[in-house]
Amino acid sequence: MSSLRSITLATLAKDIRLEWRSKDAINSMLFFSLLVVVIFSFSFDPNAEESRQIAGGLIWVAFLFAAVVALNQTWARELRNQVLDAYRVSPAPANALFTAKVLGNFFLVSLLEALMAPLFMIFYNLRALGPAWQLIPVALLGTWALVVNGTFFAAMSLRTRSREIMLPLLLFPISIPAVQSMVEATRIILSGDGAARFWIVLLLTYDVVFTTACLALFETVLQAE
Amino acid sequence: MNSIKFLYAAYIATWLIHALYLGTMVRRYSRLRQQKKNLGTGGK
Amino acid sequence: MKRVFPILAVLTGLLLAYAFYEAIWVAPMERTMGDVQRIFYYHVPSAWTAFLLFFVNLIASVIYLIRKNAKADAVAVVSAEVGVVFCTVVLVTGPIWARPVWGIWWTWDLRLTTTLVLWLIYVSYLMLRRFSDSSQTPKLAAVLAIFGALDVPLVYFSIWFFRTQHPQPVIGGGGSIDPRMLHVLLINWLAFSCFAFLLSWARYRLEWLQREVEEAQALESLLGDGLAAPTRAPLDKTSSRTGPQ
Repeated sequence: MSSLRSITLATLAKDIRLEWRSKDAINSMLFFSLLVVVIFSFSFDPNAEESRQIAGGLIWVAFLFAAVVALNQTWARELRNQVLDAYRVSPAPANALFTAKVLGNFFLVSLLEALMAPLFMIFYNLRALGPAWQLIPVALLGTWALVVNGTFFAAMSLRTRSREIMLPLLLFPISIPAVQSMVEATRIILSGDGAARFWIVLLLTYDVVFTTACLALFETVLQAE
Repeated sequence: MNSIKFLYAAYIATWLIHALYLGTMVRRYSRLRQQKKNLGTGGK
Repeated sequence: MKRVFPILAVLTGLLLAYAFYEAIWVAPMERTMGDVQRIFYYHVPSAWTAFLLFFVNLIASVIYLIRKNAKADAVAVVSAEVGVVFCTVVLVTGPIWARPVWGIWWTWDLRLTTTLVLWLIYVSYLMLRRFSDSSQTPKLAAVLAIFGALDVPLVYFSIWFFRTQHPQPVIGGGGSIDPRMLHVLLINWLAFSCFAFLLSWARYRLEWLQREVEEAQALESLLGDGLAAPTRAPLDKTSSRTGPQ
């Protein structure tokens, strides 16, 4: 059990170190996220009352696109350097690699969201009428939902033609209940109209179900490449 | 009643979809048959 | 075996014709919707058939993951494809029915929306199979099928709750059904199930034929052509037959 944790942490630390040194992916993704916010703001310019109703949807769709951009490069480095082959023959549990990747993506996407959210608040003059603190579990659980499945499907897409488009093709349908939960919860919290509890619980259920599924089946996918 | 047109549309659409699928199957089948025949005589 | 198929095809054709007759002429007219309601006899059986096929896909996928049985994989492909066809019928007939009855093409009707998501999941399944070049594609597809199956209850709940917050019309009515209508519904379901079985059987044979041909082609390019293998077409007809005939 401790080897699982140490491998996970080691892989995660390596990824963060590499990313920090080159800052390639981060910079382009940050700029992409900014562009998405601006374009959305041009396209949907609602008044204050409407914006509270639709902002949830807009924000999460923007996050979804930013997440796909981030997820697409998840395994790129590993592919370039044949790391996956090394992993396949090593006794290290596949889950350690997967967990490290998911955590790395989670931090990355959360960083993007932390940048985009204040911008949305500014452009749409958003102010939560409901319990604003609830937005935190929604953001955490929602991001995890996208990232855990996204990392898994990114691995599945490795040996496909049009790898970059395959990821969203696989991810979006499966993510529908999660996205609906995130959007509805955000809408309810912003407009103060009812309780977001059901959606938060559904998000939690989604996360538990799919994290388990990913952990159980990642070995199969890794070997299958 | 105008809505009867929708009834026709639905039934026609159903069989159209099934016919299209059958059509693709027939086309693939004949193409595979052709390829199988070519196998013995020098490959495609 | 080869003779059974045409016989079954004729029987199914007759059954479908009979079911059609029942749906259009025999079934009683619905009080509020009129004749348009008869779409119900095509819409609902197609949905049940599609769900059954997707369930078969799930079972076949799990069996494949456990046993690595090629037949299970073939069944998985077939049931996914035919399932998508029937699912398409549901998604097309649903709005055609909704428009005259409710005046709008789409409502986030629970069953129709769940069907839409299932359709999306299985189309992505078929895309994975088509775009994946790996020899391990069946395994990846099987994993995706399991993910899809896990997703369905979550989809159902999220739409159900969404609708309690945003009340919308229900397509296809709920509640109890006139026993005469139920009778016609079941006949159509039987007819479409037989039709689905025939389609699946034909598709299954097609799948095996394809695998046979692909294997033979691969073998031929390995043994017969040697150097010309990548192009698979001999540059010069006389130089290609150097190996065993």
